[in-house]
Amino acid sequence: MRKNLNVIAAYSIMMGLIILVGIFQSWNIALSIFNLCLISAVMTMGANIQWGYAGLINFGIMGYTALGGLAAVLISVNPVQEAWNAGGWNILFSLFLIIGMVLAVRYVLKKYEKSKIRTYIISTIIILGIIIIRFVSEPGIEAIEEVDPAKTGFLGGLGLPIIFSWIVGALFAGGLAFVIGKVALGLRADYLAIATLLISEIVIAIIKHEDWLTRGVKNVIGLKRPAPYEVNLQQTDWFINLVEKFNFSKLNLISDLAERQAALNQFVIEGSSVFVKLCYSGLFLIVVIILLILTQKALYSPWGRMMRAIRDNEEAANAMGKNVVKQHLLIFVLGSAIVGIAGAMLVTQDGLFTPGSYRPMRYTFLIWVMVIVGGSGNNFGAILGGFVVWFLWIEAAPIGLYLVNLTTAGLDDTHALKVHLIESVPYFRFLMMGIGLLLIMRYRPKGILPEKIEIK
Amino acid sequence: MDFLNAIILLLNYIFVPALAYGSQLALGAIFVTLIYGILRFANFATGDMMSFGTMFTILFTWYFQSVGISLGVLPTALLAIPFAIIFMIGYMLLIDKFVFKYYRVNKSPPVQLAMVSIGVMFVTQAVVRIIIGPSDRRFFDGEKFLIKAGEFKEMTGLNEGLAIKSTQVITILVTLILVSTLFWFLNKTKTGKSMRAYSDNEDLALLSGIDPKRIVMITWIIAGILATIGGALYGLDKSFKPFTYFNNMLPIFAAAIVGGIGNPFGAFLGGYVIAFSEILLTYAYRKFFMYVLPESMEPGGLVQLLSTDYKFAVSFSILVIVLLYRPSGIFKGKVL
Repeated sequence: MRKNLNVIAAYSIMMGLIILVGIFQSWNIALSIFNLCLISAVMTMGANIQWGYAGLINFGIMGYTALGGLAAVLISVNPVQEAWNAGGWNILFSLFLIIGMVLAVRYVLKKYEKSKIRTYIISTIIILGIIIIRFVSEPGIEAIEEVDPAKTGFLGGLGLPIIFSWIVGALFAGGLAFVIGKVALGLRADYLAIATLLISEIVIAIIKHEDWLTRGVKNVIGLKRPAPYEVNLQQTDWFINLVEKFNFSKLNLISDLAERQAALNQFVIEGSSVFVKLCYSGLFLIVVIILLILTQKALYSPWGRMMRAIRDNEEAANAMGKNVVKQHLLIFVLGSAIVGIAGAMLVTQDGLFTPGSYRPMRYTFLIWVMVIVGGSGNNFGAILGGFVVWFLWIEAAPIGLYLVNLTTAGLDDTHALKVHLIESVPYFRFLMMGIGLLLIMRYRPKGILPEKIEIK
Repeated sequence: MDFLNAIILLLNYIFVPALAYGSQLALGAIFVTLIYGILRFANFATGDMMSFGTMFTILFTWYFQSVGISLGVLPTALLAIPFAIIFMIGYMLLIDKFVFKYYRVNKSPPVQLAMVSIGVMFVTQAVVRIIIGPSDRRFFDGEKFLIKAGEFKEMTGLNEGLAIKSTQVITILVTLILVSTLFWFLNKTKTGKSMRAYSDNEDLALLSGIDPKRIVMITWIIAGILATIGGALYGLDKSFKPFTYFNNMLPIFAAAIVGGIGNPFGAFLGGYVIAFSEILLTYAYRKFFMYVLPESMEPGGLVQLLSTDYKFAVSFSILVIVLLYRPSGIFKGKVL
């Protein structure tokens, strides 16, 4: 108990802060911060597995997040029958062609010795393949995109409950990570960082511009929900009764019946949105707890020890007969899959998929700040990092506004400098993140909750 | 005649824009490569440092415009650049003193320095947005075109016009002058040679009496010059928007690695490799083939290899291929 005191203290402070937001701003804001904190925590756990356990640097988090989101779309949206009729066969045929191309390249790679001729053969296969695939898919894509472009214009998904996408998102992200890992894991750390960053940009470019699959920048809105809709809740009796019970004391103060009804309606509207958010919180909390248990188990298992050994001294681990390349690939895939889950969760919560919103600042670098600030190698630290940084990211604007008002209190309200500063309050979050990261890196390089290795 | 038209078409839509864009990338890539070669870390704050320098250029341009100083046909920004460079160098040295120095002295691993540079990126981005705001800004003044498309058509009697923007010419000229001075400096002067020696083998360089503090300071000064000029030229040619500058970091990294990171000449050429491949692969060749081929063989589609949406993806794919087959870059840089 004693040795976990700092963990408990840190989490209590964090919870206290969120509750303070609930009391002073509103419970709606507090809960939406809390939900996004949970999603961020999942992302940081993924990044922490890669960086903290194995020392692998992965700046492609944005790409996996987007793939998770794509999974949510492909699983939950109902299939668009006309689009399938219009161009489904072309797409399926091109898919087979791609698989055939990959198999052909693999066959050549296995069958022939490394030589110039082999390289030429492979590049011919790839170039020819791309040309043929374009010829096959182009009419299909055009036909699909012409099917009611204002509403659909894409193939749609499977029409399953959106919860399944959390698993599928993990599979998608893991699959991509497998390919990237095969290609890039041999690179030195900072090259790996650049390569993954650029590859994630390619993923985003594809998601943004392949309208037949993702609707691209036209966005997919109105995704299914795992939680009830506010409008339905507001008409259900048990919910109204529940709200009435909760606000009993406040309602009792109002004697006039019409006024009381109006107040009750207000409470029901507020309550419904809080209730929906609470449903999400519950779901996300379950995911976070399951992942936390699994990652903790992994960290203290022989496998976790091996990963730390590889991280701390690759050559020595290699000499002890550990397959470093294989383990690196494994952990790269695992971490990315977790990030994929977070991506799907994010889209589930928002109920919409907006490929244009995936930007490296928000989905890659911010997550890294969370991991570093929280404490890499320590799962509790990583989760805490997700909470602290996301909380600051949201609350930076009010804090910034307060500070600006404080420092420019002597100035007139219409003073140019003051107006300018107040306008630029949203950008104080970047400043806060940057300074926070720099300070932590300098004075507490292991993060708020540093990694603790227990030697028994 | 048709053949000439086709050539002019390619010049107008591919060659001239790619040359200008390539020059801008090249300056950034040399910046990345210098920092990587001498200070030994991948600087993720590249794009934002460039936007910081450009911001000062814009501020000085506004100041000069308000007092009525101008360069006539040339953009006022050219006059503002030297002043911006001074501020930029000051900022660079300040960051080095308060942030990077600690890790350099402690001999931290490059990854840690890269992480620190992310912190610098956040701070720089915030400062730029707080001072000048996130919106799109044009600060070009003076004569816009050197040759206008219409004039060119009249002059030569061809169907295709060739438009050359003055910013494109300025970009290419300034880049050439700057880069040749830099190479002269690195290859011929004593300081430049000691910088290369330091980059090649730090311990050996220290043994032979090279002062590391001086090398680091000069590197930051050169980096400041490159970042400001590169950023200002990009802003003059297109427009200044902090977010675009941040994104430009990616093709710049690609250029530096493709050229062989740590090798300034490679970075210079890498910029053009990236720019040309981006534009060549995403250009629609339909009109070109209409001029070159007989009428019966006219292509139906756009004859475009990739849609322009994939502009960035092209450069990144090239990077991935290079990393796979020649991790040290096309022109041997530091081996990974």
